[in-house]
Parts: sequence; structure tokens; C-alpha cells
Amino acid sequence: MALYNDTVMDHFLNPHNVGEIENPDGKGIYGSPVCGDMMQVTISVDENEVITDAKFKTFGCGSAIASSSMATDMIKGMKVEDALEVSNEKIVEELGGLPAIKIHCSVLAEHAIKNAIYDYAMKNGKEYKGLEGFDPDAEHHDDCEEGHCEV
Amino acid sequence: MRNVYLDYSATTPVKEEVLREMIPYFTEKFGNPSSLYTPGLDAKDGLNKARQQVADLINAEEREIFFTSCGTEADNWVIEGVADARRNKGNHIITTKIEHHAILHTCQYLEQHGVEVTYLDVDNEGFVSPADLEAAIKDNTILVSIMMVNNEVGTIQPIKELAAIAREHGVLFHTDAVQGLGNVPIDVKDLGVDFISMSAHKIYGPKGIGALYKRAGINIPSFVHGGAQEKKKRAGTENTAGIVGFGKAAELAKRDLYEHAAHSDRLRRMLWEKIEAEIPDITLNGPKDFTKRHPGNLNIAFSYVEGESIILLLDAAGICASTGSACSSGSLGTSHVLDAIGVPITKANGTCRFTVGDMTTEDDIDYVVENLKNVIARLRELSPVNGAEGW
Ligand SMILES: Cc1ncc(COP(=O)(O)O)c(C=O)c1O
Repeated sequence: MALYNDTVMDHFLNPHNVGEIENPDGKGIYGSPVCGDMMQVTISVDENEVITDAKFKTFGCGSAIASSSMATDMIKGMKVEDALEVSNEKIVEELGGLPAIKIHCSVLAEHAIKNAIYDYAMKNGKEYKGLEGFDPDAEHHDDCEEGHCEV
Repeated sequence: MRNVYLDYSATTPVKEEVLREMIPYFTEKFGNPSSLYTPGLDAKDGLNKARQQVADLINAEEREIFFTSCGTEADNWVIEGVADARRNKGNHIITTKIEHHAILHTCQYLEQHGVEVTYLDVDNEGFVSPADLEAAIKDNTILVSIMMVNNEVGTIQPIKELAAIAREHGVLFHTDAVQGLGNVPIDVKDLGVDFISMSAHKIYGPKGIGALYKRAGINIPSFVHGGAQEKKKRAGTENTAGIVGFGKAAELAKRDLYEHAAHSDRLRRMLWEKIEAEIPDITLNGPKDFTKRHPGNLNIAFSYVEGESIILLLDAAGICASTGSACSSGSLGTSHVLDAIGVPITKANGTCRFTVGDMTTEDDIDYVVENLKNVIARLRELSPVNGAEGW
């Protein structure tokens, strides 16, 4: 019995794309240690608006780290506008599912990536449909009440 | 791979001697203890012996021990029972902010039914102040419930002193001693308490069996209604094998109390000293004076990393420990105990509890420190947090 499936455990134990790109084209941070999870994403974008590299650093639980690893894998090689379509549901799907109470941990990755793209868009004067109405400073999880067993 | 279990406060393995004592009660001594023929009487004998063994561990009388389905049931029973039995005297209960949920959630339930509850603050090591207790007692106070030993940070309360204050005011005193039993000496006559909750699975006995000590002469209503078992105080055919196992575990706990506590304390100190020497940016939560702390307990905040990921990586190395983090399995709120002792939430999120016990060895400690050091270093590599932002 494991807390997570094999794909999640693999991404948690051997995460891909760990680190920070020097002089990134976009950088996004989301969450804080106060909330229990925080992710930083840096991306390189070429002249065709393709994400050529993505790296992350994450403070968080197994799901947060696995989602960060998977999400950065997913956006590498994608056009920026396609990367904006990478929702937390798609990340969870690629991971083969997360326990219900951990779904919110994948929102972290979606949001941090959007923040990095937002930063890129601001710096380069780009506009994307996927960023319409996006608030980089939006609060995350207010859905944190769940029961647990104290031992 | 080596397997090292450092979560003895969560539960303990059943000792061989305990299991051996239990097995006949599943097979040849399977009779219902209420029956009048030999297998039933044999089972009844088993219950009576166990009751004496549990009584001896806390210097109580056999007739003062009532078996329950677990420690949680004993906690529920005493809180609800006193609220009911003393209804005419008052409706105010005093407890603390660091109790186990078995107490806290029962109190919250009673609050919905008109009972008033005061939750005492504790200091930054988890100690209740006797003066605060004294000040909180009112004319309508009927019960004080303060845990003997905290399950997360190991704080040992001055129960004798606290119970004396309640007694002076004519208020009943209960202590949840689930974590204290077998780890600290308990003498009900010396402590002057009225009720004690206990559980077998924390003292190398089976899960799903507990007991309430109820001082002779104090009456509370039955909690589980039905047959005449447990002197009509707790209905339901007895879990004979479980009770017999609890009895044997209590006998061993009494015999080995000092040895067990000394062994735990020695390895716990060794673990702490090595962690402190090997891993930077850590904080010990709970009493700094280890003589005022559960002998096997350490509770450590590792800055810049999150607790669940520590536990998962330790598990991958065969090591079992627990966490007070917000994201710990099934939980999405940090520990109320860490909150009550003023641990900032960023640190609470990176907190792990290690509890050593009888089967822990020095080699286990070395193995854990080596792995823990690597785990923390690895997660810090991965973390965007490094203290620079004041986190
Ligand atoms: C302090 C405390 N009280 C009560 C309990 C509940 O005991 P049980 O698991 O037997 O219901 C525990 C154990 O988790 C505990 O640590």
C-alpha cells in the first residue's frame, strides 16, 4: 500500500526539471510556506514563443512536488499559448490521479506556470487569451478544512 | 533495506509474551464470560486477572477498572458521563487547548448541548499553569480534564498539583493518560485523580481495547447501554482476548517501567544530539528539559521543508515517523498543539515527531540520522524557501 500511485511516487522520488534557470524569460512564484506549499517556476522562451526549458523549486508535500515535476515536463516544448491550457485537471490526469484531498496541490503548479508566463508576457508586451482575467496574486486554498486522525 | 519504526506514540507492536497470553482466548477459552459453564468461567477468570493487572499498574483497586473499546471511548465516556451526572451542580468543564481530539471533539459536541467549556492556554513548552486552572474554576465547574502526557510534543503535566486544585474546589479531575501509561509512574492514590483514560496499544498490547479508572464512590452513567457487563457500566460482550492482552501488557509495563523509560530516554537523547550535530536550521518543539517530557518523544521543526515529503522520503528508506504538517495524510490543517505552544505555521509545516521504544537500537538511531540528514538536504535543494524572506 502506498499513499500515491507509482507515477506520482516516481515524480516525487526522482523529480524532473529541478532548479532555477539563470536569466529566465519568465519567472513565477505561487503560494507560501504559510499555506503549506510554494512553487517557483522559471522558463526560457524562444522567438517562436515556444517554451524551450522549464525548471522548478517547490516547498510542499509529495503531491505538490510530483505535480511540479509533471507540469514542467508537460510545458517543455509547448507554445506559450498551449502551456496556458495546462490545467490542474490535466496535470492530475497525467499523474494517473491524486487522492481527492490532494487535488488542490496540483493547482499550485498550474498557477505558478501561469505566473511565469504572465511575467514573460509583461516583459515582452505580449497578450494571450489564456491570461485574460488572470490575477497573479490570487489567494490560494481557502478549502483547507478536512478531518484527520490524530495519533 | 533496514526497517526502523520510530512512531511508538502512534502505536506499538504487540509483544510476543502478550500475544501468547491472548491466543487461547480466541480458541479453547472462547466462551462468553457471562456464561455459567467452564469455558465461560475460564474467560471470566481471564478478565478478572487482567483487571487486577491493569489496576496494579496504576495502584488502583480492581473494582475501579472498567474496560472500554479504546482510549477514545474512555475519554468520551468520562466527559459525557460527568456532564450528565453533575448536571444539577453545574455545566462548566475545564480542559486545555492541547488535548487529544478524543477530548476536544467531545467537549465541542457538549458545547452544542449547552455545556460551557474553558480551554486553558499552555506555555511555549506545553505546560498548563496551576494558577490559570485555579482562576478558571467557577461555582458551576463540574470537571477538569487535563492530559498527563501530550502525544505530539511529550509535555508531562504536573497532574498531582493540578488535581489538588480541583479537589480543593470540590471539582472532579480526569486525566487522559494514554501517552503516560507505561512511560511515567502513575499512582492514583498519590496523584489524587478521579478518572484516568488508558489504552492498550500504546503499551505493546493490542489495538481496540482501553480502560477507564473510576475512583470508587464516584458514579457516572453507563455510556454503552445493554447487558450487565462491566458491573452494568459498559455493556457488550467483552473483547476477552484484547482485555487479557491489555492485562499482560500492563503487567510487563509495571515490571519494566524504569528500564523502559531509561532505554527510551537514552536513545531519544542520542537521536536528538546526533540530529542537532548533523542538521542545521532545526528547532526542538516542546520541553527542553527532557525529564519533563515523554521519555521517547522528540518533535522537531526542520526549516524550509514540508513534513509530508520528509515522511515519504523516510518511508522510502524504511523509516516510520509522523508529522504535524498541514499536508500530512488526510489532514489539511496544522496541529492544534503546535499552534497552542506558539510554533509559527511555517515551522509547524516542517515538523516531524519521532518516538523511540523498546525495540529501538543504537544502530537504528545511526541509520535514521544518516538518512534524515540526506532527506532534509535533498528537500532543501528542492525548496524555493531558504530563510531569506524571513520564513
Ligand atoms: C493522548 C491520547 N488520547 C487518546 C488516544 C486515543 O486512544 P485510542 O487509539 O485507544 O482510541 C490517543 C491515541 O491516539 C492519545 O495519544
